[in-house]
Amino acid sequence: MAKNVTLKINHIPVTVPEGTTILQAARKAHVEIPTLCYLKDVACVGSCRMCLVEATGARGLVAACVYPVAEGMEVLTNTEKCRKSRKLSLELLLSKHKKKCLSCERNHNCELQRLSAEYNADEDKYAEEEEEFTHPIDLSAPYVVRDRDKCINCMRCVAACNKQSVGAIGAIGRGYNVHIASAFEMPLAASVCVGCGQCIVACPVGALKERTTVDEVWAALQDPSKKVVFFTAPSVRATLGEAFGLPVGTNVEGKMVAAIRRLGNCEVFNMDVTADLTIMEEASELINRIKTGGVMPMFTSCCPGWVKFVEQKHPEMIPHLSTCKSPQEMFGGLLKTYYCEKNGIAPENLYVVSVIPCTAKKSECKREEMGGEVDAAITTRELARMIKTAGLQFSELPNEAFDDPFATATGGGTIFGATGGVMEAALRTAAKMMDGAFEVVDFPEVRGTAPIKEATYNVAGVQVRVAVASGLSNAEEIIRGVQSGERHYDFVEIMACPGGCVNGGGQPTLPDSMRNSLELKDLRAKALYKSDKKNGYRRSSDSPVIETIYGEYFGAPNSHKAHEVLHTHYTADKRL
Amino acid sequence: MKQSEANCAACGERLGTPEQEAALRAVIEESRSMPGCLMHILQEAQGIYGYLPMQVQKTIAEGLGISLSEVYGVVTFYSQFSLNPKGKHRISVCLGTACYVKGSDKVLEEVEKELGIKCGECTADGLFSIDSCRCVGACGLAPVMMVGEEVYGKLKPDMIKGILDKYREESK
Repeated sequence: MAKNVTLKINHIPVTVPEGTTILQAARKAHVEIPTLCYLKDVACVGSCRMCLVEATGARGLVAACVYPVAEGMEVLTNTEKCRKSRKLSLELLLSKHKKKCLSCERNHNCELQRLSAEYNADEDKYAEEEEEFTHPIDLSAPYVVRDRDKCINCMRCVAACNKQSVGAIGAIGRGYNVHIASAFEMPLAASVCVGCGQCIVACPVGALKERTTVDEVWAALQDPSKKVVFFTAPSVRATLGEAFGLPVGTNVEGKMVAAIRRLGNCEVFNMDVTADLTIMEEASELINRIKTGGVMPMFTSCCPGWVKFVEQKHPEMIPHLSTCKSPQEMFGGLLKTYYCEKNGIAPENLYVVSVIPCTAKKSECKREEMGGEVDAAITTRELARMIKTAGLQFSELPNEAFDDPFATATGGGTIFGATGGVMEAALRTAAKMMDGAFEVVDFPEVRGTAPIKEATYNVAGVQVRVAVASGLSNAEEIIRGVQSGERHYDFVEIMACPGGCVNGGGQPTLPDSMRNSLELKDLRAKALYKSDKKNGYRRSSDSPVIETIYGEYFGAPNSHKAHEVLHTHYTADKRL
Repeated sequence: MKQSEANCAACGERLGTPEQEAALRAVIEESRSMPGCLMHILQEAQGIYGYLPMQVQKTIAEGLGISLSEVYGVVTFYSQFSLNPKGKHRISVCLGTACYVKGSDKVLEEVEKELGIKCGECTADGLFSIDSCRCVGACGLAPVMMVGEEVYGKLKPDMIKGILDKYREESK
């Protein structure tokens, strides 16, 4: 057990385990030390010099985010020397920062702006010539926009990308010319980037953001020839409230539906329905693979960042991917076929908007084999912006229900938004399909935000070995283990973002002060599991909507028609 | 892949001659288990190829199981590494303090203009490449440039054409 150390932070005594950093100790004393390059669980290199403090026994100021505490240490975080140093650092950063704040997506939600105001930093003190800010904005990818001139080289995006074991970007050059870019200054779309967007939520400023399609959606809402339908992904209800100041983990499903309905003439569907549909198809596919000796283990395919990771880094694993489309694309297919046919709508007149926690889904809906069935995919952040533009007082909205026929879904569909959720939902239905007497619906072994979870279940005399991983470096570990023969599974769930969709690259960007003190992914996931528990339907196969969809259209899971509309294929695209 | 391959095609290089490729793969193989081997491999690779084209860096990244952006980051950090091939005659214009105050920036500009390439690049015929350096230890002759091992001092921009013509003549 670690020894305890007692020290004083601004004269306040605190006792913390040995090895704790000054930053962590200060939090215990309820003292906030400003940071820029530090981000809990992601980046800690001590390079931005914002967290400099005075500490006894140290020469000069030290970086609190990396400096370990010592017995009897006295730390002062708010002296003239600290403040001057931080202000200078900010003014130097501001000199190389394109200060186009008014129209910046991160205006009022920018760490650099927040600190500059707090420290009264003069943005023009070391002003650069205007024409210095002329680097082209990278618009190569349909999911992300990178503006190098807003970048402050904090390296948080690089740390996030490396943590994903993708490594699409890095620090290029030396000294004054250091900048963040892909190798050989490749456009992001040509790099190994998978579009997960973890760099976007790591960025403290507006250098990285999603490629917005909000204007297209507004245009469709204004177009009398179009019928517009929205559907919202499971995790959006657990995070949208954050954009309106509600506590992390507040489920705002009812207000979210009401808000979308007030954006214009549209219907609002529940994507948990096609999460249920995914489970029907995927569970059937799994059972079929087990019975017929298909390629095992089978990996889930609902996460487009993960799918791209396989196609680009491990194309040899493509046969292991389930052929099921993601819930977003299943919904697109379902709407442009079943729904259009049933309601006599020409598919080209139906404008389908998905609201997703994800940036990778923006490129997924542009994939050729998806046939443009989803017209626009907007992130939780974009939806929040639309609601603000529309002048809606979010917290005053009534709670409204989704529109039929895609309103009712099961708890299994809802937990798709968190790591382990797809696995648990699949187990609920697959076990019942294999053994009609199997009634268990809770699989706590696969819950929680641990990087890798494993379990073995006995169903109808068959041993089913499962694993769940979130974060692509953990996926990488699973792949390596499977390939080397050290890990043996039948079914593996992968979500690209650590913690799953609740922590997706399209989720609201909260201030560092919250991100560094709260366990966002746990709190957000809890909201989904709470909703699951309250739902009368826990198992996807029990959903009355699913019964209707199969009864009226697909016949049975994995039927010919289901394969045409709900399944897809993958293409090797090896990149380095 | 399509676009990145196009980039490779644009840089015009695969892995060089079979001998070069074999030498590169051998260096990677024998050093890969050594901690911090990237620098060593890059130095060796530059020795084999004269510079570090994309395909060489990709091979190194793949061999070491690290990202291309990491390799590229190291290559662009150290001035000893070059992304472009070097010419038969390597021009090095000193931008050290003494030369700089004596107007070596104008000398560099003139060399670039005369050859139609930028500092760090190589002419299409492979005859010249330009680099800048920091002090060759001949400050008394500032501004100074080197062509190969030859040192030229007390330069003025209008002297550049004459100097380069000498090398052009030689290789005819």
